Amino acid sequence: MGRIAVLKGGRSLEREVSLRSGANVEAALRRLGHEVIAIDVDQHLVRTLRADRPDAAFVALHGRGGEDGTVQELLEILQIPYTGSGVLACQRSMDKVVAKGHFAAADIPTPPSVAFSEEAFRDLGAADTLDDIRARLGLPLVVKPAKQGSALGITVADEPGEVPAALMTALSYDNRVLMERFVPGRDLAIAVIGNRDIRALPVVEAVTHDRAFYDFEARYTPGLTELVAPADIPAETAAEATRLALVCYRELGCRGFGRVDMMLDADGALWVLEINAIPGMTDTSLLPKAAEAAGLSFDDVIAEVLELAALGA
Amino acid sequence: MTTTAEPQPARTRPAESARVPSDGARYDERFASRASSIVSSAMRDLMSLSERPRIISLAGGFPDTESFPSEAFDEIWARIGREHKASALQYGPTEGLKGLRERIVEVMAVDGAAARVDDVMVTSGGQQAIELSISTFVDPGDVVLAEGPTYPGAVPVFTKYQAQVVHIPMDNDGLRVDMLEERLDDLASQGIRPKLLYTIPNFQNPGGVTMSRERRERVVQIAHERELLIVEDNPYGQIRFEGDPLPTLWELDSGAGWVVYLSTFSKILAPGLRVGWVAAPAPVLRKMNMGKQAGDLCSSTISQRFVLEYLRTYDWREQVARLNDIYRGRRDAMLRALEEELPAEATWSRPQGGLFVWATLPEFIDTSELLALATDKYEVAFVPGRAAFLDGRGRNSLRLNFSGVNEAMISEGIERLGNAVNDKVELNRIFGGS
Repeated sequence: MGRIAVLKGGRSLEREVSLRSGANVEAALRRLGHEVIAIDVDQHLVRTLRADRPDAAFVALHGRGGEDGTVQELLEILQIPYTGSGVLACQRSMDKVVAKGHFAAADIPTPPSVAFSEEAFRDLGAADTLDDIRARLGLPLVVKPAKQGSALGITVADEPGEVPAALMTALSYDNRVLMERFVPGRDLAIAVIGNRDIRALPVVEAVTHDRAFYDFEARYTPGLTELVAPADIPAETAAEATRLALVCYRELGCRGFGRVDMMLDADGALWVLEINAIPGMTDTSLLPKAAEAAGLSFDDVIAEVLELAALGA
Repeated sequence: MTTTAEPQPARTRPAESARVPSDGARYDERFASRASSIVSSAMRDLMSLSERPRIISLAGGFPDTESFPSEAFDEIWARIGREHKASALQYGPTEGLKGLRERIVEVMAVDGAAARVDDVMVTSGGQQAIELSISTFVDPGDVVLAEGPTYPGAVPVFTKYQAQVVHIPMDNDGLRVDMLEERLDDLASQGIRPKLLYTIPNFQNPGGVTMSRERRERVVQIAHERELLIVEDNPYGQIRFEGDPLPTLWELDSGAGWVVYLSTFSKILAPGLRVGWVAAPAPVLRKMNMGKQAGDLCSSTISQRFVLEYLRTYDWREQVARLNDIYRGRRDAMLRALEEELPAEATWSRPQGGLFVWATLPEFIDTSELLALATDKYEVAFVPGRAAFLDGRGRNSLRLNFSGVNEAMISEGIERLGNAVNDKVELNRIFGGS
């Protein structure tokens, strides 16, 4: 059994979510017999890791810094094997615009979208294209920050007049925003595990009530969302969703584990929205639910993800 | 490499591995409705970032504790060790140490609130006094009146006891008493009788305004006419930088029994002591005493002893004057910086005391979103206005604290806030807003 550093917290906007994920990971690692060093990451992280000399790092960070390849780059330099994806896959997954580019290149269906940086609006008059964008994508539009998790800063604009405010909201969370055709339907999530040999856990559906979409409150308030695993969908749909998830995971070069989120529309078509390099591991998260449906305990998944810890971008 | 379209059979691990449900479901069904009424919020999560390194936090309500005289601190602890060791380490009476209650009566007299020792119960900070006021009177669904915005720390208390809060607006003279009467009429026409009015007449947190003398008289008159119970929270009465003190509602009630008075040593001495108090009519105090027994038996005896010894041998008003000098300078620094940094459409209160300024930004700015931008990009934090309402209002307002950081940091913090606000103003212009 090893000395495992659990990296959590930090100062990303998802700090609290990460603390909840981290606490669950720590408990699981202790039950598995490991020595756990819990680290709320701050400006002393490198010194702390050098002093503590862990055998591996379990990255339970979400959002900027922890999920975008930054911490992974540090762990590479320190030569500490870590869980989850390497630097490049993290960078690709964290940025929804980049990820969607990879999906499209691999013929994975993803809703059409347009992305602009804040500078495009400030310096190049991009706001004057909003009518064209609406014409091309239709309404409603979902407006998202390019790099942000937990659905923070995401708004669905039903009317043309709501788009500017939605852009202002998204730009509070990142300096690049994505306008995407809104796909109404069912929220599906597929967790994938593995480095070279990869496999998917059963499809999970997040059923929310009275909400435009699966937003922050719905994600983290017990009882607001019902997670159904395996999702009550036709077998061929589940198989296709699983296939898509595995292709996405491989296409972006992920390792360890990850989670692919997609929508199932009324016509039975699947649309991949994003891939998460570090899936949430809170009490209300999808990954633990998927594990349960696969007959695995949370501890089993954590043990496996730890075994897959590696180095190399 | 696994490339089949079928989900792979789950790899099962040895049976000895722990099978602990991860989704918390086994607790969900057991949580009391009180606990379930508290939901996750992105805003609350963001607010927790305010105390991270490098962020200038104008969010907290921290009094200055640096200025507490070190000699007095050392001397009092030494004296407690010498003369009161055993009793300071022992349980005490639920209502608090007799000697301290006598001193509280003297402190209240300075605020113009005449009370007898038997009217007073010591609490664990003003917060416990608020909770006891609500738990003693409010059943789930009962209507409580409060200023809008109200003390953000009272919001979880209202939520916990499932109070139906009706906010009464304020202006520069504090609570709009005319609106209070209107609401009372509305409610009466629906057959609803509010359980109480929770109000902070002096330097309201977060509004930063003070209720005028006329309004105080009228509020108490309304209480008498309509038999409305008032919970008067007065933590900041002594934190006055200019102007004359105004009578407390407790005083204006003249013993008629329609006012419950709450205060604390957190602002005039130090919040780490967790010593506050409530003054109330005897039947109310008896119920609160039972509530406090259930809550914590008694407030920290060693803290009470510290406060008592301090009040006995030092001039607390001198320390308050020192604090007020510090805070006056900080308030001025904040008001100056706000003048320089915020756009012309913004408005803010100019408090004569207390710890907070309440600012309202142009309507297109959502301050919860602004907080994300401010903490992430500009490294400054504040309390978004929505935290001070139970009905979703306050979206373009924010609370700024000026007691917790020095003048240079306040100027820097407001400059950062101004930059974040200007980002929003500029974007709104680009997107064709007004």
